[in-house]
Amino acid sequence: MSDRHLIDLTVNGETHEVLVEPRKTLLDVLRHDLGLTGTHVGCEHGVCGACTVLVDGEPVRACLMFAVQAEAAEIRTVESLSRDGELSDLQRSFSEHHGLQCGFCTPGFLMLAEGFLAQRPDAGREEIREAVSANLCRCTGYQTIVDAIEATATRRCHAKEKEATA
Amino acid sequence: MTARFDGRNGRWVGASVPRREDPRLLTGRGRFVDDIRLPGMLHAAFVRSTVAHGKLAGIDLSATLAVDGVVAAYTAEDLGLGDIVALLDRPPEEFSPTAMPILAREKVRFTGEPVALVVARDPYSAEDGVEAAVVDYEPLGAIVSEESALAAGAPLVHDEAPGNVLVDVSMFDTPGVDAAFEAARAGGGRVVEVVTKSGRQNALPLETRGVVASWDDHDDQLLVQMCTQVPHQVRTAMARSLRVPERTVRVTVPDMGGGFGQKCVVGREEIAVAAAARRLNRPVKWIEDRREALTAGFLAREQRYRTLAAFDEDGRITALDVDVVCDMGAYSCYPFTAGIEPLMASAEMPSVYQVPEYRVRARAIASNKAPTAPYRGVSRPQYVMAIERVMERAARELGLDPVEIRRRNVITQFPYTGVNAITYDPGTYRESLELAEAAIQDEGWYEIRERAAAEGRHIGIGYCCFSERTGYGSGAFAKRKMAVVPGFDISEIRMDTTGSVVVTSGTMNHGQSHETTLAQIVADRLGLHLDQVKLRQGDTERIAYGWGTFASRSVTIGGSAVSLAAGKLGELLCKIAAHLLETSPDNVRLDGDGGVVQIDDPERRASFEEIADVAYLRSHLLPKDVEPTLTATASFDVPGDGTFSNATHAVVVEADPGTGRIKILRYACVEDCGVVIHPQVVDGQCRGGIAQGIAGALFEEITYAGNGEPSAASFIDYLVPTATEIPDITVTHLETPCAFTENGAKGAGEGGTIGAPAAVLNAINDALRHTGVELDVTPVHPQTVLAALDAGVHKEMSVPS
Ligand code: FES
Ligand code: FES
Repeated sequence: MSDRHLIDLTVNGETHEVLVEPRKTLLDVLRHDLGLTGTHVGCEHGVCGACTVLVDGEPVRACLMFAVQAEAAEIRTVESLSRDGELSDLQRSFSEHHGLQCGFCTPGFLMLAEGFLAQRPDAGREEIREAVSANLCRCTGYQTIVDAIEATATRRCHAKEKEATA
Repeated sequence: MTARFDGRNGRWVGASVPRREDPRLLTGRGRFVDDIRLPGMLHAAFVRSTVAHGKLAGIDLSATLAVDGVVAAYTAEDLGLGDIVALLDRPPEEFSPTAMPILAREKVRFTGEPVALVVARDPYSAEDGVEAAVVDYEPLGAIVSEESALAAGAPLVHDEAPGNVLVDVSMFDTPGVDAAFEAARAGGGRVVEVVTKSGRQNALPLETRGVVASWDDHDDQLLVQMCTQVPHQVRTAMARSLRVPERTVRVTVPDMGGGFGQKCVVGREEIAVAAAARRLNRPVKWIEDRREALTAGFLAREQRYRTLAAFDEDGRITALDVDVVCDMGAYSCYPFTAGIEPLMASAEMPSVYQVPEYRVRARAIASNKAPTAPYRGVSRPQYVMAIERVMERAARELGLDPVEIRRRNVITQFPYTGVNAITYDPGTYRESLELAEAAIQDEGWYEIRERAAAEGRHIGIGYCCFSERTGYGSGAFAKRKMAVVPGFDISEIRMDTTGSVVVTSGTMNHGQSHETTLAQIVADRLGLHLDQVKLRQGDTERIAYGWGTFASRSVTIGGSAVSLAAGKLGELLCKIAAHLLETSPDNVRLDGDGGVVQIDDPERRASFEEIADVAYLRSHLLPKDVEPTLTATASFDVPGDGTFSNATHAVVVEADPGTGRIKILRYACVEDCGVVIHPQVVDGQCRGGIAQGIAGALFEEITYAGNGEPSAASFIDYLVPTATEIPDITVTHLETPCAFTENGAKGAGEGGTIGAPAAVLNAINDALRHTGVELDVTPVHPQTVLAALDAGVHKEMSVPS
């Protein structure tokens, strides 16, 4: 078929060499070439957000980006969130608030929230709701997803304040 | 071990324990169909019809086969598979059997219908192969509406279905209907007529359908790993279509990203892919893309009700006369048939009200649109909307408060046997209504509404009362005269040498937390820690049969089967323990903490571990009449007419006069699903269901152009609500324990979806109350709201000063 390119992709801190057709999406390369199946496919046209990953810290739809475009970037997927088998604070919060049912949209929401909270650590509920409206969930009705992210933001802010006053 | 979570009285049931499925789903370690990768795996894509109705004049796959990477391409003729045929045991005047071929043969019946299958090295080449296919169609007239389907001389979607009618059933016609209408007309009563319609919707699980099929030489079996709510039904239908013994097909289901009914029927694509895998002797994967899901996935809900209702002068309903038409699309789904929606509507229409006389005719018509299947709530969102609109209309005409008219009509005495011959299980129909109204009143929404009106703002309050049959046992389905009757469920429980148990259930989790909730039931029944209970499901090899998960049946029926099996195992453990403790079996009991104690001497105890050790590793110590196996199997079916959950929804909305947009200001749900196993999970089911109901009321609609071309083929056109459209929702639980299930639960999967459309529509109409316009069609589009508000302005202007 068409030519292939040998590219380096840095994902979750590890660099991989992959041979890809230029038309191959970052989503397909993550899932199928690198076996990082945590990132999901919901629409392949940029609306559902199930494929959200962080590219240089920004939430990005991996279905709308070609792998070749991601060469020089730092990519983070859901697999990066927990360390040594311990869930991150955000992941724990999703579980505590029942922010997931089937769990299919969950990696996308987690990465969206991770990127959003890094940029807007003191975001309020309505801002969080706005941000979350970028992704679709068919199971939860969103309320508990907003609850989970809000609780994480509050907890992180408190932890920071404590650090500052200590 | 984690700390023990006590629900009530030291039980697991009733506690919101952490979900056992969460850790893997939160870390990206869930395993969904598309995550499966097998050595040598090929990828499938379908050539799909570009016309809605047409003769298949020729299919040329030579260019497809020449595409780099394409391995094979098949037409219906090449595969030679048996059709999917769903049957009702009804006479020809009530039911026309039709068949769904696996790939279209001779003609196509909707845009998107699979015509040929392409198999390639990778999904990209498979798509290239699809593009290269040349198919010649001779278009026939497309049926896209009730009018075009029922018009004299209309083209036939199926030659076997004269007049495009698939089902035409008049289930009830009680002797006093006409007299009741006459009395209402003659006396001080009222007759109201309401025509309600709802748009075609997609259940839209976020994970689309998918399958990986492979032949396993070791097991002499086709292994079909796929995304379905009903693995055993798929196995049955697939074996029949492939014409092989059922034992040679094994269906397993990994994690599943939602289903909502769409995945509780048998699809054709999965069978075609399985056949290709068998022929090629290579694993083949197919993952439906979103466009396919929107245009060729199973749809639902396109229904029209003409409801005539007679009321006496006190606002009590005396008779209902209903005509229902459901547009079922091109094919009848297996095993439920095209009767699923009309029969549901007919049987359940009187809803929570005491209706003395009832007449109903319900039809399913065929059209050139994607076929339909059950979708969360099945017809209940629609008939509830019809009857709730009737209540509102009657209230207006009789000058009664909308809550008051419901109060006068709602069933209050249980058991109550309705005009539809259903005996309702006790519930809180009246109490939920009172509580919902109190919430709205106490928060001052009526005053807010009046103040807003004075400022020219349009705020409205709406209610909806309903009950829903949950655990449909086989009795309820048999009454519908289905040829394949779902209903029971089987569970098997097995204890290992360490005293832990594995429970296998015929249900199929796709977001409802079965791994947690069914384990809670077992943990209580045996007195085990939750961590010692593991649930397995979704594998046709592990249990003889199962009906899967749909119709809010998992906890009621599956949960009861699980509980019964655990009870049997408990008896066996007690019997062995008595032998080991050298006492009689009636002098021991489960101690609630992983062991059996002697009743008259609680110091003497045998732990499950000790008993299990004997059962398997030192079986010579067992009592003579006990076999060395710690397993038990039980099946359960709901007796009688099934179980009924109920709820009242109350909604406050505001209509924006500038944009026509409806904003939901308050949403309260008061529900009764019997004993709540896991409060957080039930709340989640309610809220998720309500979100889907709001979606149907305000946003989502699968529409078609006049030639049958789908006009909502992506998320750009099919408007799925996001976090900014769905409000926070309060859920209040009432608990009327169910006498028919083992655990007192009634089922909670569908209620939210059932109540929301009517409640939202009623609230919109209340917001528009000054306009003289009443809306009875969903989804309510902003332009409809604007037009209504406009009419109101004109009305005000034309009032003589
Ligand atoms: S899959 Fe990328 S946005 Fe839906
Ligand atoms: S949890 Fe199922 S789609 Fe969000």
